[in-house]
Amino acid sequence: MNATWSRFNITSITLGFAFLYLPIVLLVVFSFNESKLVTVWGGFSTKWYVSLFHNQGLMDAAWVTIRVGLISATVATVLGTMGALALTRYTRFRGRVLFSGMIFAPLVMPDVITGLSLLLLFVAIGMDRGMTTVILAHITFTMCFVAVVVQSRLVSFDRSLEEAAMDLGAPPVKTFFQITLPVILPAIVSGWMLAFTLSLDDLVIASFASGPGATTLPMKIYSQVRLGVTPEINAACTLLIAIVTVGVIIASVANKRREVQRQLDERAAQRG
Amino acid sequence: MSNTAVADAAAPSTAANPFLTRLGAGFVSRLVIIVPYLWLLFFFLVPFVIVFKISLSQTAIAMPPYTPVLDFRDGVSGFFAGFRDLNFDNYVWLTQDALYFKAYLTSVVIAAISTGLTLLVGYPIAYGMARAPATIRPTLLMLVILPFWTSFLIRVYAWIGILKPEGLLNQLLLSLHIINQPLVILNTYTAIFIGIVYSYLPFMVLPLYSSLEKMDYSLIEAAKDLGCPPTAAFWKITFPLSLPGVIAGCLLVFIPAVGEFVIPDLLGGSQTLMIGKTLWNEFFANRDWPVSSAVAVILLLLLIVPIVLFQHAQARAQEQDK
Repeated sequence: MNATWSRFNITSITLGFAFLYLPIVLLVVFSFNESKLVTVWGGFSTKWYVSLFHNQGLMDAAWVTIRVGLISATVATVLGTMGALALTRYTRFRGRVLFSGMIFAPLVMPDVITGLSLLLLFVAIGMDRGMTTVILAHITFTMCFVAVVVQSRLVSFDRSLEEAAMDLGAPPVKTFFQITLPVILPAIVSGWMLAFTLSLDDLVIASFASGPGATTLPMKIYSQVRLGVTPEINAACTLLIAIVTVGVIIASVANKRREVQRQLDERAAQRG
Repeated sequence: MSNTAVADAAAPSTAANPFLTRLGAGFVSRLVIIVPYLWLLFFFLVPFVIVFKISLSQTAIAMPPYTPVLDFRDGVSGFFAGFRDLNFDNYVWLTQDALYFKAYLTSVVIAAISTGLTLLVGYPIAYGMARAPATIRPTLLMLVILPFWTSFLIRVYAWIGILKPEGLLNQLLLSLHIINQPLVILNTYTAIFIGIVYSYLPFMVLPLYSSLEKMDYSLIEAAKDLGCPPTAAFWKITFPLSLPGVIAGCLLVFIPAVGEFVIPDLLGGSQTLMIGKTLWNEFFANRDWPVSSAVAVILLLLLIVPIVLFQHAQARAQEQDK
């Protein structure tokens, strides 16, 4: 195997990862810059983090963003999982083509279209724009990502486990919660995390769906970036990156541990 | 629960379950379909109908800033009478002002070129990953996905500091005496290409990787044994076999890139023209809701073919997984 992993492959991977990571690394490095100029190094300092925490507008926006993310990711995970079940388990129902279309289309739909159409819906039904409308908008586009993630796990799911449970007398709902759910749980968890970060990240849809008083962090960052690049933004971005990175690492370690445990259990079962 | 019920639950179509079990299962299965279905109908499909409707109305100085058309307020007859009031002025307007046509064309061209560039950059990475030792593949995969989890806005923002005239790239090139004058990259189309390739790279690499990883490499060895040079083997075997990944990756990059707003706005400056930015400006700066709706409808029509292609590719991939 190693012989086929030629120098060309190693070079392309190294260059590729350098391209992917260098901008982020530079951004993080310059958040610790003493100088107000983002691109000239003036010595190490954490003062931008201090001033960040005293920026009330930014802190309020962060709080709004976190609440929107938590609520919308949770609802989107429930709806998305249901959607994934509907797609994989029920191969025939009326309007299935339309349904799968509505699951896949939002994945590639340009944000400006989704945002504009949702805004016009909220106006048409006379709903005041604010945090609630941002949450509804985020549920709608993130649930499709959850559905795709969970669906990919369901497709490879061994249905004989469910059949065995039902043979042994478990009713379908109980079978779902005791057999299916634990098996697809890793996919559901990563679906939730994906939904949460997509919500945390979204500028365009939130700008359309939001009203006065519900400014999210990306909206705040965007309006400040338009006025000029400051180290304070670098600091805010670095904190966001740190939170997401820690979350992803915890999730993958937990996932790995569960996988190892599962293999041990299987081996024990085979021996027993 | 009796044995017959158990057997029936495993094969629900063959015989009658006890009534309650069947009712419960049927109700739950229907709920699993109905709830997300209704949600998407109301929050995804209905909004498009409204966009279409408003694109046919007239701009008005009011809140909301358009005259209502096709309203059910006057009952069904009022709805049909409303067809007389439909006006296609917004669409006529779009065809008369060359700006919109140019914006659509530029967006499609920029998206196509950046998709090609992303493929060129992404293919070697995906290939290298697929040929890596199996033990480190999950780590490499996570390293590709990780930047995708960090904010899109942040990643685009990071490039401003690099591409500015007094930015890091120019500082580096000047200090190495490769150039004498700072390059103007920020606020040009080049910056947009860089931004799109950078932001969408994981979307290209992941589908490419999954089709390259499934490939049987003994085919390449067989070709080599039979005297086929490596380049020919690549074009005759590897590339055709990775085609599903190439198609999925290109669509995943191309479709959102056409309507991209953040990248042209932050990296392209005011000189560059893309339709996502035009729509945003019509809406937020000019507050012209009907015209921005018309812009959205045409953008959607432009993208409908690639979106349908994408769905077919997804459905086929799912069938193969089964």
